[in-house]
Amino acid sequence: MLTTPTDLDALVAQKYRHGFVTDIESDTLPPGLDEDVIRLVSRMKGEPGFMLDWRLKAFRHWLTMREPDWAHLRIAPIDYQAISYYSAPKKKDGPKSLEEVDPKLLATYEKLGVPLHERARLAGVAVDAVFDSVSVATTFKDRLARAGVIFCPFSDAVRDHPELVERYLGSVVPHTDNYFAALNSAVFTDGSFVFVPKGVRCPMELSTYFRINAANTGQFERTLIVAEEGSQVSYLEGCTAPMRDENQLHAAVVELVALADAQIKYSTVQNWYPGDENGIGGIYNFVTKRGECRGANSRISWTQVETGSAITWKYPSCILTGENSVGEFYSVALANHYQQADTGTKMIHIGRNTRSTIVSKGISAGHGQNTYRGLVKILPSAAGARNYTQCDSLLMGDRCGAHTFPYMEIKNPTAVVEHEATTSKIADDQLFYCRSRGISEEDAVNMIVNGFCKVVFKELPMEFAVEAQNLLAVSLEGAVG
Amino acid sequence: MLSIRDLHARIGERKILKGLNLEVGAGEVHAIMGPNGSGKSTLASVLAGREGFEVTAGRVEYLGQDLLAMEPEERARAGVFLAFQYPVEIPGVNNAYLLKAALNAVRKPRGLPELDAFEFLALVREKMKLMQMDEAFLSRGVNEGFSGGEKKRNEILQMLVLEPHLALLDETDSGLDIDALKVVARGVNTLRSGERAIVLVTHYQRLLDYIVPDRVHVLARGRILRSGDRQLALELEKRGYDWVTGAAA
Repeated sequence: MLTTPTDLDALVAQKYRHGFVTDIESDTLPPGLDEDVIRLVSRMKGEPGFMLDWRLKAFRHWLTMREPDWAHLRIAPIDYQAISYYSAPKKKDGPKSLEEVDPKLLATYEKLGVPLHERARLAGVAVDAVFDSVSVATTFKDRLARAGVIFCPFSDAVRDHPELVERYLGSVVPHTDNYFAALNSAVFTDGSFVFVPKGVRCPMELSTYFRINAANTGQFERTLIVAEEGSQVSYLEGCTAPMRDENQLHAAVVELVALADAQIKYSTVQNWYPGDENGIGGIYNFVTKRGECRGANSRISWTQVETGSAITWKYPSCILTGENSVGEFYSVALANHYQQADTGTKMIHIGRNTRSTIVSKGISAGHGQNTYRGLVKILPSAAGARNYTQCDSLLMGDRCGAHTFPYMEIKNPTAVVEHEATTSKIADDQLFYCRSRGISEEDAVNMIVNGFCKVVFKELPMEFAVEAQNLLAVSLEGAVG
Repeated sequence: MLSIRDLHARIGERKILKGLNLEVGAGEVHAIMGPNGSGKSTLASVLAGREGFEVTAGRVEYLGQDLLAMEPEERARAGVFLAFQYPVEIPGVNNAYLLKAALNAVRKPRGLPELDAFEFLALVREKMKLMQMDEAFLSRGVNEGFSGGEKKRNEILQMLVLEPHLALLDETDSGLDIDALKVVARGVNTLRSGERAIVLVTHYQRLLDYIVPDRVHVLARGRILRSGDRQLALELEKRGYDWVTGAAA
């Protein structure tokens, strides 16, 4: 669980270790947003007409909407005209292979611990690397293609598989869904596209690594994963950004579609720059993630470890349409210093005998504010539906806050819904007990926090569970003592 | 090994230890007895470094070092072990994991290499057998859902694995039935050696039937009021603490 003490010392000595800026020439649009900007982005990406129409439809709808204000968050006003909606590393022609990718970019990902050279990668993981607005490299494409799996930048999918994109894009998160989803639909630039055909079990873990680099830009990525009948895929995303004093906006949309008997496991280790210890800077992470279990016996599982961002507004959800389908949500959310997190899930039970599980672990430290917000909705059609919800909060110190808002709408009398919630403090007794056994205070805190989060970590793929534990260690620096 | 001179300590405004003196040599087993509220547990807590106890005067020397200047984890690494009266539960933290981390933390300053998982398990299994503990304890959370007796056995198991130079046992006998008491006593007795000192804080003479002390001290009103050999404990059992506290008043 823990690394050696020296590793940990090194870890806690670094505050935010991904805070560097890559000095790379970029094509960046001037700040501002109107229909011309959207047309320009679409043209630069060489998109077919249906894409531009969809973007414009979303933009026009967005103009009629207002920012949501129901979350337990304090958000400084966002000037949407001060953001640049497109930034990409300069290139002559798109790189055809890794050899043609700018070495500075390769070095950036190397430094982030995500080497893109396939020989250097963990053998079982394919990576799509998204830098600001564009995807710069995708590994193991050929090997996946042989299995029939499509894993590529979203832009490539629009170009190479327009019929799939047109069929599924917006089918789970419509362009009218909410303020940030509408904005994303209008201006999204890249992201990942995954298609797993009928009966195929994806031969390796898929992973996307998002990196914001340029200043004054927003990142609006779009991810779409479609698992056809009887297929299986496990997908992981990681995110980092440089340390900057200004807040930067990240408004992503992720859509998952699971057809009959398909399984999608989606894991996130989110480590956007959280701002400094005084709450200056950091990423606004306003993300819409939703999956639909469209077919019978399908399963969608969300696991998230949220340690970064100044503000997190995010509710990975499942629409359980297919009979006997299963939705799961496992979450660890940390709010340290002045971070604010309002996160949770929605489980919408439509089909008969649908089941959902929610396990949320919130950790608050410093002046952090951590909110769990969850909705369990059981429609009249969902006879025999079941939900189990457990949300636990851990407080460190006496200046932070933990809040729980569980909503339930039960419209079918045969449903069984259980909810458990606890709030605890890291007790001085626990710390002293560990220290009296020779374990340092930092290690003791990590041990206790990791124990608290154990049920969620064990849902993560092995390598990422270790990464998640290390991240918590770094993110909790200075939280006690 | 342990030399306590004129120790004064308080919690908040309440003075608990008022000039306590105690000398414990290597190879010795000392029992500290006394009525409720006399400061026995405070003494154990102060020696282990628990926060919330303020030492206002006095010195504690341990193997030539100023014990009170050391952090709790430094004391542990230097070979001090406290078996808690009320061991705390740490949910989700694996019992074996904590113990392995603790063992490697105390081995390092002794110049011993870290044990790998296999060596560690072999060692722990042997000690668990002695403590008549089921192996299932290893995979449970630290003290999570343990009964009172199981928690105490777990403390002694940790002590056997960590092999401290100075073991402090804070009312380890309280809440134990006679069979459990025998198991615990056997565990402690296997640790007796010429290089090791053991300090038993206890309320009752009963424990001393199984762990025979070299010295017995009566702690009351924040000081050691009387010291003697094993006979003193038997005398106390017969005559009660008033015999000592009253006599010294």
